[in-house]
Amino acid sequence: MMETLVYIALFAPFAGSLFAALFGMSKRQVFVGIVASALLFISFVASVMLAIYVVKTGTPIHVTMMEWINAGDIRIPFGFVVDQVSVTMMVVVTLVSTVVHIYSIGYMDHDKSFNRFFSYLSAFVFSMLVLVMSDNFLGLFIGWEGVGVCSWLLVGFWYHKPDQPREVNPSISPSWAANEAFIMNRIADLGMLIGIFIIYWNTGTLQYDEVFAQLPYLPQWILDAAAIALFIGAMGKSAQFPLHTWLTDAMEGPTPVSALIHAATMVTAGVFLVIRANPLFAMTPEVSFFIAALGTFVAFFAASMALVNRDLKRIIAFSTLSQLGYMFAAAGLGAYWIALFHLAAHAFFKALLFLGAGNVMHAMHDELDIFKMGGLKKVMKWTYLYMGIASLALAGIPPFAGFFSKDAIIETAFNEGTYVLWIILVVTAGMTAFYSFRQVFLTFLGDERYKALGIHPHEMYKFVLVAMSPLAVLAIIAGFFQPWFHEFITTLLPDYEMSHHTHELILVLTAIVLAFAVGGIVLAYKMYAKGLKRDPKVENSFIYRLLANQYYIPQLYEEMISKPYAMISEALWQKVDLKIVDATVDTIAKFFYHTGDGVRKMQTGNLSNYLNWMAVGGVALLVVAALSAVIG
Amino acid sequence: MIGLEHYLIVSAILFSIGLVGVLRRRNLLMLFFATEVMLNAVNIAFAAISHYYNDLTGQMFAFFIIAIAASEVAVGLGILIVLYKKYGSLDLDDLASMKG
Repeated sequence: MMETLVYIALFAPFAGSLFAALFGMSKRQVFVGIVASALLFISFVASVMLAIYVVKTGTPIHVTMMEWINAGDIRIPFGFVVDQVSVTMMVVVTLVSTVVHIYSIGYMDHDKSFNRFFSYLSAFVFSMLVLVMSDNFLGLFIGWEGVGVCSWLLVGFWYHKPDQPREVNPSISPSWAANEAFIMNRIADLGMLIGIFIIYWNTGTLQYDEVFAQLPYLPQWILDAAAIALFIGAMGKSAQFPLHTWLTDAMEGPTPVSALIHAATMVTAGVFLVIRANPLFAMTPEVSFFIAALGTFVAFFAASMALVNRDLKRIIAFSTLSQLGYMFAAAGLGAYWIALFHLAAHAFFKALLFLGAGNVMHAMHDELDIFKMGGLKKVMKWTYLYMGIASLALAGIPPFAGFFSKDAIIETAFNEGTYVLWIILVVTAGMTAFYSFRQVFLTFLGDERYKALGIHPHEMYKFVLVAMSPLAVLAIIAGFFQPWFHEFITTLLPDYEMSHHTHELILVLTAIVLAFAVGGIVLAYKMYAKGLKRDPKVENSFIYRLLANQYYIPQLYEEMISKPYAMISEALWQKVDLKIVDATVDTIAKFFYHTGDGVRKMQTGNLSNYLNWMAVGGVALLVVAALSAVIG
Repeated sequence: MIGLEHYLIVSAILFSIGLVGVLRRRNLLMLFFATEVMLNAVNIAFAAISHYYNDLTGQMFAFFIIAIAASEVAVGLGILIVLYKKYGSLDLDDLASMKG
């Protein structure tokens, strides 16, 4: 019974994808979207039922679908495990996916590749479920690559758009952004693969439980190497510095994609990996501390870039980066359950925020510059409400979801005695509040700057707004489930409790964080609620330009990596490939060609000539026979 | 006394004559004659060696060759006639149509 549910949860999106693919080339048909959404909903219901089962019984469900690789000593089955961690991910993924699918029916309304879009989107959900449900590292890797491919397909969904210079469009074009995302992930995936190899060489298995059981017997340096290699994989997928540039460029994809893949699910796969492999990371404190430090740095680094950005979706993308940094900080400090909790809460409010941004884009005819919006509250009051809720949650204002999860991470940093990390995270919380509300105020309040552009915005379809409501509700109430979630998840994950000392200070700590968050909002209100006042002195300052250009890192990568790489490739092509490899092959081919061409002349069509040649052959044979008789 | 070597020499001379005919002649009919000469040169050698060793196998083989040569001539002449009717010539230089 439960086994069937596992398969339903896993394969319903796959069926949806295949179904939509049948109509991939034909023109828009609404029922394709409805069927795909319905199958996703079925998957969601199955996931919830599995979750209820796991909560009630506390035992994980482990199914082995079939043998996959059976060669020599390698035995890797297609197995799936539904335990506390994976069921949490399943519910989050399928819930957000269902909402995004329904949303897409409205959002992709005018797109002629409507059916194709649903095919990709459902395929993504399937890959993501494989990733979270697999019971071994290789299955996880398959899902990992699957989501990568789907991300590539979806970021480059509008592949026909031409390339533009970086000054006009920082992402250049959808197909460029898609390739960038894919290639960056490929770099990281090499690390991931090496990690998997290290694990296999040293334990002889890839099943999670068997690997973790053997960890205590391995030397420390192997553990460190495996942890580092796996984390490099996680850095790529979760867009951590220095592999972060693809995430903001991936905003070239349709907004539902950004909401689902680049906010709620795929980018959290790296965090999921660290949580999943927590026994390994728990035994490598140096690596874990590096993860925490890097996460904290990225949290601050991304938030700083979001402060001045003008692009609605890019601001949210930076905030995603920043929140992923928070999750890594928690996971690196050993608070795995807090990281997972923030992951889930973040999925809800960030998806809501993105979908709200999608509504705004839809209304503004794909205009994304918040400097050209303003005063949209009048026409889009539901979207304003949703984005307001999501931003409050993101800023960590009680009683919204983000308050509980993010506050816990900040407390963890304090509790661990890593005060530098704590200070940075607190400051970042203030920055988060500021940029979220800068964006909300510039979009929805103040003077109606869009009128100068001749745009007549309108609210999104009713059913889309209704479909978004579950996320809004969860963004408000998810935090209240924290004690319950704690109890549930720590049956599998190691518990993390604040020390007595932290407990005493908890009110003070919370007050400090809240002060920063509220301060950020108030500052944003003062600066932007009345309307946009631009100060050329500020905008031309060095720091502003540094932040607005993402610290010039994309340019740096282009100059330092892309261009030299292209030059080396060009040289190798001209010098090595053409002059050596191709030349060798061509010479061999030419030899045979010319020989054939020469010998061809023998065939004159004249029988007499042939007979002469035959006689020559006969004489030659005779000579050979005579010689061999003499010698032999 | 005429010995084995004399027969073999005659056979070799005949074979060479036939071979030169095959190589030098341009007329298909002449080629046929040349082939017949070569075949019969071989027959002489067979018969002589058979007699020399007192083994009838060689002479039997000569009969086979005569039979096969006869049938070959029958078929070959038929083809020649058809060729002549079609092209009006049996000169090999005129019949060279399958050039590479």
